[in-house]
Amino acid sequence: MALLEIRDLVTQFDTTAGTVQAVDGISYTVEEGETVAVVGESGCGKSVSALSVLRLIPNPPGRIAGGSIRFMGRNLLELDEEEIREIRGRDIGMVFQEPMTSLNPVLSVGVQLTETVLRHQDVTMAAAQERALDLLRMVGISEPERRLRQYPHHLSGGMRQRVMIALALSCEPKLIIADEPTTALDVTIQAQILELMKDLTKRLGVALIVITHNLGVVARYADRVNVMYAGRIIESGNARQIYHYPRHPYTLGLLASVPRLDQPRGSRLVPIEGQPPDLTRLDGGGSFRPRCRFVEPACAEARPPLVRVESVGSGHDAACFRSADLVEAAA
Amino acid sequence: MAVTTGAYVSEEVFERPPLQTRLWAIVRAQPLGIAGAFIVLVMVLSALFAPFIAPYDPELNDFGAMLVPPGASHLLGTDEFGRDIFSRLVWGARTAMLVGFSCALLGSTIGLLIGVASAYFGGKFDILLQRVIDIFIAFPSIILALTIVTVLGTGTQNVIIAITIPLIPNCARVVRSSALAIREIPYVDAARALGFGHARIVLRHMAPNVMAPYLIMMTTFLGQAILAEAGLSFLGLGVQEPIPAWGLMLQGGAQEYAESAPWVPIFPGVAISLAVFGFNLFGDALRDLLDPKLRQQ
Repeated sequence: MALLEIRDLVTQFDTTAGTVQAVDGISYTVEEGETVAVVGESGCGKSVSALSVLRLIPNPPGRIAGGSIRFMGRNLLELDEEEIREIRGRDIGMVFQEPMTSLNPVLSVGVQLTETVLRHQDVTMAAAQERALDLLRMVGISEPERRLRQYPHHLSGGMRQRVMIALALSCEPKLIIADEPTTALDVTIQAQILELMKDLTKRLGVALIVITHNLGVVARYADRVNVMYAGRIIESGNARQIYHYPRHPYTLGLLASVPRLDQPRGSRLVPIEGQPPDLTRLDGGGSFRPRCRFVEPACAEARPPLVRVESVGSGHDAACFRSADLVEAAA
Repeated sequence: MAVTTGAYVSEEVFERPPLQTRLWAIVRAQPLGIAGAFIVLVMVLSALFAPFIAPYDPELNDFGAMLVPPGASHLLGTDEFGRDIFSRLVWGARTAMLVGFSCALLGSTIGLLIGVASAYFGGKFDILLQRVIDIFIAFPSIILALTIVTVLGTGTQNVIIAITIPLIPNCARVVRSSALAIREIPYVDAARALGFGHARIVLRHMAPNVMAPYLIMMTTFLGQAILAEAGLSFLGLGVQEPIPAWGLMLQGGAQEYAESAPWVPIFPGVAISLAVFGFNLFGDALRDLLDPKLRQQ
């Protein structure tokens, strides 16, 4: 049994312009200890899908309209408020995008760590403080004794993100959801944080969902990659399949738009033309169709389903009628 | 590579200047505030040490020394019952401070909780609560206080309740607007993601972050509450005789002795004005100090 199994998840937001299908029936699984990446451009629903797992979607205007999220055999969508609160922080940790604002400015690092430990574990204050020290050491923060007494504004962005990771790990969760954990950090710090997360999740056997728009992150760290577009997963596979044998024109376009060191200097990036569709007025056809180079009449008739495609290795899915034709295009 | 993030900047760089230097900077930036703080201090000390400062028993009638003008035996003179006005002022400070601090503390704290909860929960709860607050704010606070006293009856405790209730919606409104901004900062969601309950997020994660408006409202309320207490007592709906209260003393003196024995109404009037003035100066200075946007000037 998979650790986390998302089936046909639909999350909607009511706006004055109509109902937005932010997440439109996505399904994926996360095995124990596995690192899964969710990639896509801004507004494609990747963060919303992750927040839905912890039921942190503000309601109203948001609402999880359908599907199931099974975590360790329990459907998280059927739990009452108290039960989901027990899961949050204890079984599933979360690392947010903004380390500068994700820590409470008026509470010291030590207080924030110990209160989280005390919230979920039946330990004494002294044991919680000991645990907080261990956590800071684990995430590579120097002089942990002194850091415990410091406040978030004493710390740099990278250190705050380490504290956030320590918070997420504090109760030995089975799964960590990292929502763009490195977007707000310096490039040099990004690599450190990612290495740290990879190292810790491997060592502690924690599964990880990384939400990112940085394909470089995905290539190095993810066991499995889900590419999202307009609220749906349009391609899913391991990093090698997605990078070297993309079977969906969006993935292909995404890869072409990333600067690469192995390209000659001065070569131009190839952007994906057009804008993502308005999520309040999607029709029955493929949502990428207006921007697609490979568009054909069938795309307007029906939404291409996510189906298994022939590829290197197994487990490669794509949602494109012409995925077979993309083999030559990608080569 | 995981251990390369240590602080290379030594602690000394961030050492705060000595207390004396910092105090002096405040004195220079806020001379009026210091004057206000001094008045507040005098008021609080006389309230605390009234039995040791007052030369006479404030409730002792001395019919041999009625309406004695200010002089050596009675520093500020006596009233129509021969009670020493200076002693009554000192003891009156105790009443004023008791009512002032209780109302300010209660009013701003209850307002803080309501305001933060309103911002945190949002939605229908927020809208409903804010409309109730609108109704309260629509009443002039002195009218509301009078109504409450009429229902509850007079006496110090009821006066405190009557003055506190109109203060609550004001503080709740101001705190809510600050808390709405706090609500949008990710650490509130982060606290939810760590599994904390609503009560804990409101009390421990949001309330401490709106301390600045809370403290400002509290100091503003101090002056307001003292004035309201004096007003209610003046109207005979506040503290009752023979408890010394400035409003009562003013009322007793103003009607009959404004011309024949002006010291009877003047000194309590001065005490009320000075107290409100002092607390307001102090509150303004505190607001400037707590608001980084104003601090630069």
